[in-house]
Amino acid sequence: MPHKKIKRLYYDVSKCLACRSCEIACAVAHSQSKDLFKALKEEKVPLPRKKVYKSGDKNFPLSCRHCQDAPCVDACMANALVYDKEKGIVLHDESRCVGCWMCVMVCPYGAIRPNLKTKIPIRCDKCKDEQEPACLAACPTGAIILQDVEEDQGA
Amino acid sequence: MDKMNIKSVDAASQKMIEKAKVDNVEIVWDRYDIMQPQCGFGQLGICCRICNMGPCRIDPFGEGAQKGVCGANADTIVARNLLRMIATGAAAHSDHGRDIAEALLLASEGKAHDYSISNPDKLREIALIYGIKVEGRADLELAREVALRALAEFGQQAEELRFVSRAPEKTQETWRRLGIVPRGIDREVVECLHRTHMGVDNDYKNIILHGLRTALSDGWGGSMIATELSDILLGSPQPIRSKVNLGVLKEDYVNVVVHGHEPTLSEVVVQASQDPELLKLAREKGAQGINIVGMCCTANEILMRKGIHVAGNFLQQELAILTGAVELMMVDVQCIMPALAGLASCFHTELITTSPKAKFPGVTHIEFSPQRALEISKSILKRAVDNFDNRNKARVSIPEETMDLIAGFTAEDIPKIIGGRYRSTWKPVNDGIISGRLRGIAGVVGCNNPNIPHDLGHTTMVKELLRNDVLVVVTGCSAIANAKAGLLAPESAFESAGRGLREICEAVGIPPVLHVGSCVDNSRILIACSKIVEEGGLGKGISDLPVAGAAPEWMSEKAVSIGFYFVASGVFTVFGTPQPVLGSQNVTDFITDELEEIVGGKFAFEADPIKAAQLMIKHIDKKRKELRLNPMMYQ
Repeated sequence: MPHKKIKRLYYDVSKCLACRSCEIACAVAHSQSKDLFKALKEEKVPLPRKKVYKSGDKNFPLSCRHCQDAPCVDACMANALVYDKEKGIVLHDESRCVGCWMCVMVCPYGAIRPNLKTKIPIRCDKCKDEQEPACLAACPTGAIILQDVEEDQGA
Repeated sequence: MDKMNIKSVDAASQKMIEKAKVDNVEIVWDRYDIMQPQCGFGQLGICCRICNMGPCRIDPFGEGAQKGVCGANADTIVARNLLRMIATGAAAHSDHGRDIAEALLLASEGKAHDYSISNPDKLREIALIYGIKVEGRADLELAREVALRALAEFGQQAEELRFVSRAPEKTQETWRRLGIVPRGIDREVVECLHRTHMGVDNDYKNIILHGLRTALSDGWGGSMIATELSDILLGSPQPIRSKVNLGVLKEDYVNVVVHGHEPTLSEVVVQASQDPELLKLAREKGAQGINIVGMCCTANEILMRKGIHVAGNFLQQELAILTGAVELMMVDVQCIMPALAGLASCFHTELITTSPKAKFPGVTHIEFSPQRALEISKSILKRAVDNFDNRNKARVSIPEETMDLIAGFTAEDIPKIIGGRYRSTWKPVNDGIISGRLRGIAGVVGCNNPNIPHDLGHTTMVKELLRNDVLVVVTGCSAIANAKAGLLAPESAFESAGRGLREICEAVGIPPVLHVGSCVDNSRILIACSKIVEEGGLGKGISDLPVAGAAPEWMSEKAVSIGFYFVASGVFTVFGTPQPVLGSQNVTDFITDELEEIVGGKFAFEADPIKAAQLMIKHIDKKRKELRLNPMMYQ
């Protein structure tokens, strides 16, 4: 069975202070201008694909886990979602998306949000065109971790 | 801008930044890098920590919370945070003014023998403004009354600060109509804190208008008292030649850096450095003498009055210690990096704190008191001389860069220089503007900030203004930045100046960039503006003048207060990076647009110094058009 190393995002809940810096960095990374001050004035205000939540006395950022066996991929009737084995991410083809929200419904983590304005779900793309996700560098406490994992490629 | 990635445009600083790497010591740029990315909520001003129901944050992207727990929206939160910045800045300047007034009082009562009334003319001028009878009265008696009157302005509850009457009538009327004439210096700052307590002032416009009043209590109050009373006590500056940059540290001398803001102690330290016993001791240790150099606004104060060499501006405070040649750095208040204590401990440099308001853990504190100024100064210098033995000569590396400069221009002196001692007048300046040789006047002031290459903003902006025939006045760290770049040496400054500006300056005998002092001395610019209005031909209020202000590398809350008192006085003012207000569109619109209708001045935010200079020029041209002045002579 071939194995491949891919990078996955993990969170150290003991370190998350819920400062939401990752949310801001995420929104800016997905803006046209890539600049906070300018992003707020863009026609389509960018939204963070990651949100910070609280559970008990722990905080944690939540975004798509990019599951290898992803319920959202199975549920997508438009074939807009596909798991990319090479990159280890769930790719979302926005041009095919019909905004049915099935992915929002089936995500076991609640990590996908509907964007009611654009009729397209808001989901993490792990900053696929960049060296590393923007949230990683934005975290002031190091609560966000990007770690190599071996993934079974046969599945 | 290919220069945006470098840390400093100053060659001496670049060398010391490299040395920091070799020595493996951490300096401000390292800490700035580690701090990236900085908090977006903070940058936008939408984080509120005022009460314990919070902390609260507004979601700038409109999805999450749009109100704090108390219901305060982004407008209220941003305005309250901004008001607190103004309050802190005004408090810092004004408390400096209070210290000078107290020193003047002690001197007038014969309790501070190391000081005297150095400028009886200014004493009488200020006494008259305060409505004090001057005929036939002795200096000391008059000085006592002026000091008490100035101190009373801090606790005054109603009516108007006296120096407000020095503004043009039209400008005063605007303030009265808006109800923003400052009543008492301390009162306005206290009211800022009251208004921004949980559940008090929620109307962003009302909050910011009080910000204008508080800022005015700084510019036309505390700062102006600091400037005028320093002139009375220590003498008014006169044009004076000196040198600037880290190269003024001398390898064979005991080097003492005086850093901070208030001139009272540093003036006497300069005097003490000539003490024969101390000099003898220094020679016994193998040094040629004692070399006093300045850093930040303390530097500007003793440069303007005594011609003392300037080691550098805000971002060079650590670099001076890195030369390994500083025996002692004495500090008082404001803009002193907490990092100095740790850095000094990596070298033989002794750091000494002198103000009861500013102590550092583990750092020797020798408290200043005006009553024993000379004695304290000598004891500090003795430590410096003793420390010369501990200098590790192998670690000494002083950059050779120095630059000649002329400093020491004041609102009283400029008209004397351009008009002659017996017919002191601003007329040549006004005429120059009216005829179109001179486009206008710009004040470029403020700090350094590692978020822009050190000195790049100041020097680039000033050159662009000069090129466009704008006469420039500078203070604070901007003055030092421009001095290092040779822009305070008339010969080299003229190379950057436009033809009309050059003609005017050469005709009347002033350089095109005038160093008018420290950051409290921005009050000198207010007086100069008022006098230019008074001279005639350029409108009735400060807001009519073809002038503009800028703080291209600002970092401190004092800069915010200065910005607001210039805007409130009617001056268009450009800040480099934005004030933390962009989280509220309403507040941003109010201070960058609507204020112009109300007070005549407004802010703009532009980090690119060339574009910022162009905004200033555009504003100056707009004012020229409104005044129906001649087109520029050499377009």
